[in-house]
Amino acid sequence: MRAPAGSAIVAGDTLLAVDRVSLAFGGVRALRDVSFDIRKGEIRAIIGPNGAGKTSMLNVVNGFYQPQRGSITFKGVTRAKMRPFEAARGGIARTFQNVALFKGMTVLDNIMAGRTLKMHRGFFWQLMRYGPALAEEVEHRRRVEDIIDFLQIPHIRKIPVGKLPYGLQKRVELGRALAMEPELLLLDEPMAGMNLEEKEDMSRFVIDVNNHYGTTIALIEHDMGVVMDLSDRIVVLDHGVKIADGTPPEVQGDQTVIDAYLGVAH
Amino acid sequence: MLGPILETLIGGLLTGILYSLVALGFVLIFKASGVFNFAQGAMVLFAALALARLSEVMPFLLALALSALIMIALAYAIEFLVLRHLVNQEGIILFMATLGITYFLDGFGQSVWGSDIYKIRLGLPQDPIFILESMFPGGLLIDPAELVAAVICAVMVAVLAVFFQVTRVGRALRAVADDHQAAQSVGIPLNHIWLMVWAVSGLVALVAGMIWGAKLGVQFSISLVALKALPVLILGGLTSIPGAIVGGLIIGAGEKLAEVLLSPVLIRWFDLAGGGIENWFAYVLALVFLLVRPQGLFGERIIERI
Repeated sequence: MRAPAGSAIVAGDTLLAVDRVSLAFGGVRALRDVSFDIRKGEIRAIIGPNGAGKTSMLNVVNGFYQPQRGSITFKGVTRAKMRPFEAARGGIARTFQNVALFKGMTVLDNIMAGRTLKMHRGFFWQLMRYGPALAEEVEHRRRVEDIIDFLQIPHIRKIPVGKLPYGLQKRVELGRALAMEPELLLLDEPMAGMNLEEKEDMSRFVIDVNNHYGTTIALIEHDMGVVMDLSDRIVVLDHGVKIADGTPPEVQGDQTVIDAYLGVAH
Repeated sequence: MLGPILETLIGGLLTGILYSLVALGFVLIFKASGVFNFAQGAMVLFAALALARLSEVMPFLLALALSALIMIALAYAIEFLVLRHLVNQEGIILFMATLGITYFLDGFGQSVWGSDIYKIRLGLPQDPIFILESMFPGGLLIDPAELVAAVICAVMVAVLAVFFQVTRVGRALRAVADDHQAAQSVGIPLNHIWLMVWAVSGLVALVAGMIWGAKLGVQFSISLVALKALPVLILGGLTSIPGAIVGGLIIGAGEKLAEVLLSPVLIRWFDLAGGGIENWFAYVLALVFLLVRPQGLFGERIIERI
């Protein structure tokens, strides 16, 4: 496993730590004093019943939500809140629960959009489509084609994503996130609404991304089979509170977790 | 018969370019936020007022530069005070916000600059030009002021078309318009993009305000010129810069020709009092277009998997 150039953090170190984060929307307390960490190179799952605060947690990590209390430490820098631009620039990419693609654009353009921050030529150069900027565009295009091959979607590269079936849209969304060459990849229910075969494909992609690129992954998923197979460690939320944290066998045997999922007689 | 028709056509096309310019302001903002900016007409008025009043106390070019700065500052204020807080809201919410901005600008502009009718003197030549005198008896009359205005507009339109079509900014714009959160998640700086398009459409409003102001005088009704841009947009497509240009030309030429050619026919057939066809022709044309091709001539088709 190789660490991306310029990063002092090696596999096993803490890449991201969330410390006593609380988030409320009016009277609804979405997250209460939640703390957990994500280590470099691992696949970390966040699970919990509906409304547990899983997506809110991801939104805090990449800056869409700003928590009222607590802090987020990413690559050694502690902040009270992230901002989406900082998160993206820092190497956090994500996908969305209900697929947020640029619907009118082709698969290729969607994934190219993921290269936005990698384009180093200044704004003025970006305006010109020749010279150094053209060379850069070609180089980015090559990277994007690699991702398209990796995800096995070359046949649909020129199709507007709005026309694609749901399973493929999810794959394109993963492609756009990968185009950012992220250090931390947040996946919000990557297998939701997929059939068995599509789930297996997606699981394989997640494992490959983790193995080949050494990308750290945090994922939310409801399919317990998938979660137990894929993840190194699991954090369990219920009603905005962390109720368990550990390896798959530890979490599986935890009585609080079982109660949270199955309900318990009071 | 051909002579007067050609003359009408040329006059119509020249006016059409002015429509294109106003429509362009709408297209820019629509491309970058998927929002129909109701305030475009108010921005035209505001810019024209600023230019007219400033040029009373300083040289024209200085007033123009200062007005440009004011429009950029206005774009910054709109982004900072309004848009920034509406990230990821529905299009209709943003639309309502532009409605609010419209009324604010109308009132604020008059508070700051006054509410009389002001003049903008561009120093354009007044004497009509006659061309092709050898081919047509008396030649074809062209208003040189309109010609100059059309050239200014054409240059402006060309510069913007190059800016947005040839550059990669276009991709970022479309991304932002499609999905705010997704755009932010890949690191597209939403605020910068919005600031840029509002500033550019503010400058477009300034040029439009300058030319319409010189033509009609700077007064409240200038903000209604923006309504003429609506059929242009429907014809050309809300997302297309070439569409705004072609749409403007079609509307401009169409309404003038309709006045000259269609009007006498209607009067004879239905025994009407006559006239006024110029005022509604564009809208009827737009309605027909909505039925046949709702995305406009060059607009993106809306693709949705159901």
